[in-house]
Amino acid sequence: MNGVGLMSLIDLLPIAVLGALLGLDVVTFPQAMISRPIVAATAAGAFIGNASGGLVMGVVLELIALEMLPFGASKYPEWGSASVVGGSLFAAQEGDPAGALPVSLLAALCAATLSGWSMVRLRRMNAAHAARKRDALANGSQSAVVGLQLFGLTADFARGGFVTLVAMLAFSPLVRAVLRSWRTDASISLAVATGIAVAISASAVWRVFHGVAHARVLFIAGLAAGAVILVRG
Amino acid sequence: MRIYLRLFAVQGAWNYETLIGNGIAFCMEPALRLLPGGVNGQRYNEALGRHARYFNSHPYLAGVAVGALARAELDNVPPAMIERFRTALGGPLGSVGDRLVWASWLPLCSLIALAIFGIGGRPLVVVAIFLAIYNGGHLAMRAWGLRVGFEHGLRVADALAHPVLRRGPQYIGSAAALLAGVAIPLAAYRLVGNDRSLAGSLILVAMIGGIAFARFGETIQGWRLSLAILGLFVLISVIV
Repeated sequence: MNGVGLMSLIDLLPIAVLGALLGLDVVTFPQAMISRPIVAATAAGAFIGNASGGLVMGVVLELIALEMLPFGASKYPEWGSASVVGGSLFAAQEGDPAGALPVSLLAALCAATLSGWSMVRLRRMNAAHAARKRDALANGSQSAVVGLQLFGLTADFARGGFVTLVAMLAFSPLVRAVLRSWRTDASISLAVATGIAVAISASAVWRVFHGVAHARVLFIAGLAAGAVILVRG
Repeated sequence: MRIYLRLFAVQGAWNYETLIGNGIAFCMEPALRLLPGGVNGQRYNEALGRHARYFNSHPYLAGVAVGALARAELDNVPPAMIERFRTALGGPLGSVGDRLVWASWLPLCSLIALAIFGIGGRPLVVVAIFLAIYNGGHLAMRAWGLRVGFEHGLRVADALAHPVLRRGPQYIGSAAALLAGVAIPLAAYRLVGNDRSLAGSLILVAMIGGIAFARFGETIQGWRLSLAILGLFVLISVIV
């Protein structure tokens, strides 16, 4: 499945199903974290025939995703479907053209924004559906309880698939067009995308573990150890 | 086993009105069939209706509530007492789970995967190790929650004083903070094609920028900032 930009709707359907399954994992079922970028983007890359490419995108997105903690009612980007989009787009670029990583990453972040918004809409839709069944739920109707649960699961599956499909249809030709006009040097392009991800991850560690005793000292000690490992090869 | 499997879909109908409430009723439903009168009996309907209301919990610890509430219903505990217990239980299950899983265990497992990538791990190895370690904790936590909930019933608060729940976030967080310092530079090094000089300067600039952002950009989310900077960079790279 090379050349995502030229894919037909039929070619994109399996990717959309993958996006649906991994989008479902984020909140509704089974939350086994197969939706984490490092898994989802790698799976998408493997689907395209380039698991290593998918893994590179997965690592960059995972560094950025470290910042977002999926606390219950908070609004956050939905990484499952977005990682499928990013992993597919990046893994499909033959010959690793300059700009492939930043452009695919930008597309993945846009998809994550869209998908996060769709999750909020779904939660409101679930609430409206529950309100319509309020009496039946209060009376302990088995069909109302099970039906509401199945409705939510099905709607979330459809949501993830739809978002993935729309994002792929929009971004596949766009990424190809942008890469044709790309003028920045390949190493600079790679460094910018990686640098942004590393900065966000460092900021995430600084913020996430602020409540842990001596966390910042440990982080800096780890950095020193990491530097020694890099210098000594 | 049926209840345990249903726990994986406990957030299936998550919404802003009842949060995880319907999911709790959905998971308890097989146990409620054992009440006198069976399915659609008066006790069954009253109990199911009671538990489909608002409830908040971390999904992995929802089993504690499901087990304890099912036990209380089967032990014929008065509804008013069950209601009070239900109200008291929700908050701790949410905050303990959030700190232990989302703010400690998940970042630690992500950082392990990033470190394995950094030392040259192949795609299957990175993914398999991440999923095995993360889900080892995940599956055990769900099973433990359901078991202690059902065993202890309304006295389950004692089980929530388990050392892993109380001190786990501290130890796991410390390990994750230390590992982050090693894993992030190693991952960056491999991402830039094992170019040591480029990686060194990149990591230095990014770390200083990241920490400055953490200290002074508290109201901005990093992924939004990434989106804006990347958008600008792509625009410049195409136009200029």
